[in-house]
Amino acid sequence: MTGKNNQNYNEEYLNYVKEIAPKTKHLKTLWHAFWVGGVICLIGQFIRYSFMYWFNLYGDQLAGATSMVLIFLASFLTGIGVYDRIGKYAGGGSIVPITGFANSIVSPAMEFKSEGYIYGLAAKMFVIAGPIIVFGVIGSVCTGLIYYILNLFSLI
Amino acid sequence: MIEMILMYLKAFIVGGLICAIAQFIINVTKLTSGKILVYFMLSGLVLQALGLYKYLVDFAGAGATVPISGFGYLLAEGAIKGAKSGLFGAITGGLSSASAGVTAAVLFGYLFAMIFKSKSKYN
Repeated sequence: MTGKNNQNYNEEYLNYVKEIAPKTKHLKTLWHAFWVGGVICLIGQFIRYSFMYWFNLYGDQLAGATSMVLIFLASFLTGIGVYDRIGKYAGGGSIVPITGFANSIVSPAMEFKSEGYIYGLAAKMFVIAGPIIVFGVIGSVCTGLIYYILNLFSLI
Repeated sequence: MIEMILMYLKAFIVGGLICAIAQFIINVTKLTSGKILVYFMLSGLVLQALGLYKYLVDFAGAGATVPISGFGYLLAEGAIKGAKSGLFGAITGGLSSASAGVTAAVLFGYLFAMIFKSKSKYN
């Protein structure tokens, strides 16, 4: 008899927890992602300004050089195991910046190094980065062709 | 000087918001990080193909180019520029623009994966 009541009580309590828990967790993860992602972009902006003033880079070259530096830093941090710790705290804040792209390359590459340098390290580098490059290239070729046709008929 | 500080602030807020949107999608849909990266890259690419993402880049600088959607922006931007010089440019322009990122990722990725040993389990 008491057992049944306890069960009901437990269910009610669990529902109550369910109602409360995800919301706070939700907001907390959003905040973590926001500020860590923001700081990574802040560092990116600092690198951007540095390249602008010291190397007179602009446009595509500036964006490329900035992402090269960020990828270098993120690969190194992944190597020494720091980036994974940032990732546990920040979630999306560490995935979406270009540093997360670098992390997604180095992390599986290190993990599968034991399977050899060709089929292990070099092949597994692209487990996550591969699809990005595939869809990126397909998308950019489509964009280029559409703009080429529009140019042909001088619509732009 | 004030302009520079404002730019840092805009980069922080816009970059942070893009990451928060990603976190929101992860919380709600439980998408894996690989899919999130692909979708964000594609959304940047499509937005630039429509001619929109460059306004965000002008506004927020690194806040728009550092997230992976900035990679998609570079790909589309290069293709659009290449299309002006002909069919060959239209096809190759995208990767030419994004070559720095891809090269760095492959080079540094291989290098650091060679040097360091895995500490935590990759999942």
